Amino acid sequence: MSPNRRIGVYVCWCGGNISDVVDVKKVVEVISKESDVVVAKDFMFMCSDAGQRMIEEDVKEKKLDAVVVASCSPKLHELTFRGAVTRAGLNPYMYYHANIREQVSWAHGNDPAEATRKAIRHIRAGVAYLRHAEPLKKIEVKAARSVLIIGGGVAGLRSALDLSRMGLNVYLVEREPFVGGNTAKLWEVYPYKRKGWEVIDSILKDLLGRDNVAIYTNAEVRSVSGYLGNFEVKVEIKPRGFRGRCEDLERVVSVCPIKVPNEYDFGLTNRCAIIAPPYPGAYPEIPSIDWKNCVKCRKCAEVCDQIELDDEVQTVRLKVGAIVVATGFRPYEPRQGEYKYGSSERVLTLPQFMKLVERSGGELKLGNRTIRTVVFIYCVGSRQVPSGDEKVNSYCSRYCCNAVMNLSVRILDRFNGLKLYHLFRDIRTYGKHELMYEEACKKGVIFIKYDENQPPEVLVSGKRTIVRVRDLLTEREELEIPSDLVVLVTGMEPTPNEKLNEILKLPIGKDGFYQEMHPKLKPVETTLAGMFIAGACQGPKDIRESVLSSSAAAAKAATLVLPGRIELEPFTALVDPERCNLSKRCVDECPYGAIQIRRYEGLGEKAWVNEVLCKGCGACVAACPNGAINIRGLTNVQIEEMIRAAGRE
Amino acid sequence: MISYVGIDFAGLQHMHYPATTSIMRLPCSSMIRPEWIILALKNGFDGVFVAADGTDCPYLRDCTDRTAKRIDDALKLAEKEGIEPQRIKMAAICSVCGEPFANHMHNFYRELKELGPVKR
Repeated sequence: MSPNRRIGVYVCWCGGNISDVVDVKKVVEVISKESDVVVAKDFMFMCSDAGQRMIEEDVKEKKLDAVVVASCSPKLHELTFRGAVTRAGLNPYMYYHANIREQVSWAHGNDPAEATRKAIRHIRAGVAYLRHAEPLKKIEVKAARSVLIIGGGVAGLRSALDLSRMGLNVYLVEREPFVGGNTAKLWEVYPYKRKGWEVIDSILKDLLGRDNVAIYTNAEVRSVSGYLGNFEVKVEIKPRGFRGRCEDLERVVSVCPIKVPNEYDFGLTNRCAIIAPPYPGAYPEIPSIDWKNCVKCRKCAEVCDQIELDDEVQTVRLKVGAIVVATGFRPYEPRQGEYKYGSSERVLTLPQFMKLVERSGGELKLGNRTIRTVVFIYCVGSRQVPSGDEKVNSYCSRYCCNAVMNLSVRILDRFNGLKLYHLFRDIRTYGKHELMYEEACKKGVIFIKYDENQPPEVLVSGKRTIVRVRDLLTEREELEIPSDLVVLVTGMEPTPNEKLNEILKLPIGKDGFYQEMHPKLKPVETTLAGMFIAGACQGPKDIRESVLSSSAAAAKAATLVLPGRIELEPFTALVDPERCNLSKRCVDECPYGAIQIRRYEGLGEKAWVNEVLCKGCGACVAACPNGAINIRGLTNVQIEEMIRAAGRE
Repeated sequence: MISYVGIDFAGLQHMHYPATTSIMRLPCSSMIRPEWIILALKNGFDGVFVAADGTDCPYLRDCTDRTAKRIDDALKLAEKEGIEPQRIKMAAICSVCGEPFANHMHNFYRELKELGPVKR
């Protein structure tokens, strides 16, 4: 035990929040008799300037080594008082914050006497903690002033632009041949009738030509090593197959024998193995070979001298301080036969229908047939009801109600004589989208509520398509709606990223999207230091929400790496090599790969903690059979002494 | 970390639970060495309740499973020491689990009262 620590204890009234229940005078009287406590005081508001000044003066005058403040939860003012003791010349970690408001006075207003004893126990534990406290230093690591962004949709591009403007080097890696993601494929989006690609284009205009941005398309992250501030990233870039633009791209495309669904219109049509820039202003503006489907028949190379089919994959190595993951979503693809999807050409998904609308002139047509009646079925692929062990999307995709409402209003403005039926389970047009809902109602959209246990049925016979639904609001009256087109209002699914997930090891939530550290307090941070998530890879989001979260992620990443160095809390694990008996259980227990076996001078091989990788969870502390691992700032001795002190009456 | 916020939340909502509790904060419940639980039971406490973070834990998503293993080990130690296993309890307490926490405390208090003090 450290001899003769000089500890000051300060008990806060919190204006009465504490002192109305806890007998603060009694607490001070009891605590001042504890050994090592040289001063104990109570005060109306300890966090006030006057309160903090009192502590600072005491530290100096009474030559205190350490301070306990007993007040609100440490979540509120622990940092405040660490600051106060630092100003007085103490190490910030020679401080203990005893919680006697949230965990005492507020919880035990019915039992003041026992509440007072509990406050004393909490403070005693604090005093015991400080008897064994040692000054600690924050861990400082250098940080590369550059950021990797994975995914070049609206979220990734927005993050890239923000980070670039803040003066950081930005590397953006996009798996597809063109940036723009799902947003670029959309038609007019709420609220300004701008098309998706126009939204992308307005970001690209600012982004392209900035000299601190590198964009890699056809590229995938192959490995990530290192840690916060110092990630080493390997990126593989597939060749485009094109050296430049083709003069007659139409002819080149026509000679390709391959036919696969065109992802740029959500499979509404087919494309060949040459992917032309799919929309105006697409970046890069050069076509790309689709290597997955190309059979290298070389017919295209015969008609265009810009094609080179034998270029090799390139590898680049990057050093970045932080990583923003913005891999977006995948539109839900209905199962074969789900509401006759795939078996009837008159059943489309919402994104496909949007593309159909985009391509229509003055008349809305599917093939040669004019469309007069459209039935929309809501919640396809979202809020699925589980049956058996099958994995279902139980979440709401949030954007689909808004998207279908927006699209309905737009097409009613554009085409005459349309009749729209919306078969819904519930409608979630939150925020300003309510206006769109209202407008859809005014324009004559017919809304029919169905029960999730009695979903609508799509019946196809010959040229007729009928949707049968039971209307929940008219006592389940059965309705049959003859329709020209059935549109499944599909939701969002996580982008399949198996390889990337293995590399990054980002936590994944129960819905399959990346999980933030805390939904409210750390909404774009992840448990992996230096890795942030932006946009719909975190969960369904509309464009506005994606942009919001990507700007937030950019700001968080920049805050970390802009200074070029990073300070980390010193609460990391430390191995006592003399006690380590090399059980290696800590190595297996550590989820961050922070523990290695190293050779120690004179002791041989023992466990060693990389303090930059260590998050201080303490799992290794419990796993060690010899008690050879401690967390700095919360050592085993401190914990044991705190238990003894609190248990003593 | 998360459960600590949940316990704060109980106070924030002025939910009463027995004041004969003492609360100790750990970064993650999986840090608990089983012998600390026994130490507490031998040093004035009649029961030890471990509030695990559940899947919200910022450190370890599986911290509850890991903590459960520590509890298993603590129960084995308790058996050797002749301490009743009912004195050791664990539950996941989320950041807004104020009410479940208060309920756990009421029930645990009642059970410990029936059990009487630890034979030392």
